[in-house]
Amino acid sequence: MKTVGQRHKVSRRSVLKAGGSLVLLGSEAISGFPAVHAQAPKVLRYLGTAVNQSADIAKKVKEDTGITIEYIPVTTDDVTRRVITQPNSYDVVDTEYFSLKKLIPSGNLLAMDGKRIKNFDKITPVFSKGELPNGKKIGDQGTAPKKVMFLEGQNSSKFAKSPTQWATLIPTVYNADTLGIRPDLIKRPIGNWKELLNPEFKGKAAILNIPSIGIMDAAMVVESMGEYKYPDKGNMTKPEIDRTMKVLTDAKKAGQFRAFWKDFNESVNLMASGETVIQSMWSPAVTAVKSKGIACVYQPLAEGYRAWAAGFALSKGIKGTAKADLAYEFINWFLDGWAGAYLNRQGYYSAVLETAKANMEPYEWAFWMEGKAAEKDIKAPDGTLLEKAGSKRDGGSYDERMGAVACWNAVMDENDYMVKKWNEFIAA
Amino acid sequence: MMERGLPAWAQALPLAVVFVVFFIVPLLLTLMVSFWNYNEYEILPDFTARNYLEAFEGCAERLLAAPPELCTTLKTYLTTLRIAVVAWLITLLLGFAIAYFLAFHVHSSSMQIVLFLVCTIPFWTSNVIRMISWIPLLGRNGLINQALQQLHLIKQPLEWLLFSEFAVVLAFVHLYTLFMIVPIFNSMMRIDRALIEAARDCGASGWQTLANVVIPLSKPGIVIGSIFVLTIVMGDFVTIGVMGGQQIASVGKMINTQMGALQFPPAAAHAVILLATVLLVIWGLTRLVDIRKEL
Repeated sequence: MKTVGQRHKVSRRSVLKAGGSLVLLGSEAISGFPAVHAQAPKVLRYLGTAVNQSADIAKKVKEDTGITIEYIPVTTDDVTRRVITQPNSYDVVDTEYFSLKKLIPSGNLLAMDGKRIKNFDKITPVFSKGELPNGKKIGDQGTAPKKVMFLEGQNSSKFAKSPTQWATLIPTVYNADTLGIRPDLIKRPIGNWKELLNPEFKGKAAILNIPSIGIMDAAMVVESMGEYKYPDKGNMTKPEIDRTMKVLTDAKKAGQFRAFWKDFNESVNLMASGETVIQSMWSPAVTAVKSKGIACVYQPLAEGYRAWAAGFALSKGIKGTAKADLAYEFINWFLDGWAGAYLNRQGYYSAVLETAKANMEPYEWAFWMEGKAAEKDIKAPDGTLLEKAGSKRDGGSYDERMGAVACWNAVMDENDYMVKKWNEFIAA
Repeated sequence: MMERGLPAWAQALPLAVVFVVFFIVPLLLTLMVSFWNYNEYEILPDFTARNYLEAFEGCAERLLAAPPELCTTLKTYLTTLRIAVVAWLITLLLGFAIAYFLAFHVHSSSMQIVLFLVCTIPFWTSNVIRMISWIPLLGRNGLINQALQQLHLIKQPLEWLLFSEFAVVLAFVHLYTLFMIVPIFNSMMRIDRALIEAARDCGASGWQTLANVVIPLSKPGIVIGSIFVLTIVMGDFVTIGVMGGQQIASVGKMINTQMGALQFPPAAAHAVILLATVLLVIWGLTRLVDIRKEL
């Protein structure tokens, strides 16, 4: 027994020793040699939704600038919540323009100095002036970016009416949303928003269950039915909210909706399984359905699109620190073209068009941005086939799609009342 | 007494600390915030009944109106309660039957463990994947509809299989029957087998033994299982959302929507009301059985 015990003791010790030296080795390997690397590691904490946080982009940033991006993926609602309640838990936030009405008064964001952004003047006029590069004015109902993009001064919390040096958000990605349809199951042309509530599609329609966006889609439907013309769909009065919700509630009670969706994947599944044939949808979701070999069209409609836009803001917690320099470096990199091309290839639009163009093949640019038939097969950034040669993008060119924007995602002045009405609608 | 008491207190301390920090304090904060005021982007310290009043705004008038109708809040609570009760009844029946089988018909303990593991299968995948995989089964073009159509039992696919209260209850039963099985099984294993033999010797039939011996002695397990199932289902918003196609209102969903709109005080008020409702149910259940005495 004694020998066994001793043997055990010896072996346990040697194991501990070996383990200990491994831990030492490991810690050295991980921490490196602090004496040599005097500089602090270049790390940026990036708060945003998972959809926008691509591993490819993080990898490329690291290669080009040495900055390590630490993604903090949360839902759209949680982005807003964190900016307001935990401003020191991130360095850079990727949020939507419509949230700014809530975020700016909280004082937790740092105005961005346009002079430090290399391509500041090249950002598409869709943001700065609300018009296309060719000068055509686009719809500005709702929280159009030009209304909230600039502040009156560095420390101001008032939105400027015209461009200034101080930006609230530097745009990253934006798009024009419409209804997705299954042409193989509908078997006829769809041209208007009112088709969403057409009894022909009873039990086969869906709308998204994010109140501020869902009600705008509903407003597009109401206008399309000729029931009412809103002065501003993105900022309804109480009677207008009541009217819109009544249309939705009546449709719900009549069994028009198969489901409401809140999550990107839910919308893909509803459409791919044929549970729905017409629904509110996001562009990459349509792409996801198509990549399963199922016919799905992101249908352009006569009344136009509901647009949205997202951008970067800085946390006030990094004011005047080395992190702020890093953040500017990262944002400058982002506008420099590689990321823009990457986003354009997913069917989104990028903020600085000319740098993105320089990073795309001419046939890719022609397909995605000019609405021309694809010369070659169109592939997603990860190499999966999206469109065969010869096909065209739904809705056509950048100018056709962005030029037909009718309204922008918004937070209404009567948001509080609207949320209450939305809860009533769900309970109806 | 003190000397013996001290180590006992020390032993209870870690749990007490965890309990206070992660349960009592957040609960008190919720209660506090439910009386605060709010605007678009911040919550304002205050003492106002606004959130509670607005929760039940118009309820009285609409109830007294002709024809009487329920306001959103009452309707939502009733839906939540109805779903919870149906899910509870089914999980209770199923859970009791399975626990009975495991306790009285499976004699080897290794077999009991194997069968218990089988019962945990619903928890082997993540919630999201589990929810998504119901579509190919229950959907319009799903397996069940296809099978029924091929058997010529139905002509049109059954729409109510998915995105309905049926689907919600099904998912709850699928998930939470285990929470009923475990405590009931535990109670049943503690029943002295001699009592059952005695009942038989005295001429009781199988049903009589069940009703007069097994059920009364399994009561603590039944009550504990019921508390598990009712509390989980009453607060749920994920399962109801996904299986109900987001078309069925639940109190949890309502709170979730309000939190999404940064309306923390009314969300807190609803959380407090929900908590009170659930506590009332639990109080009712514990009136039936004195759990502490039984354990």
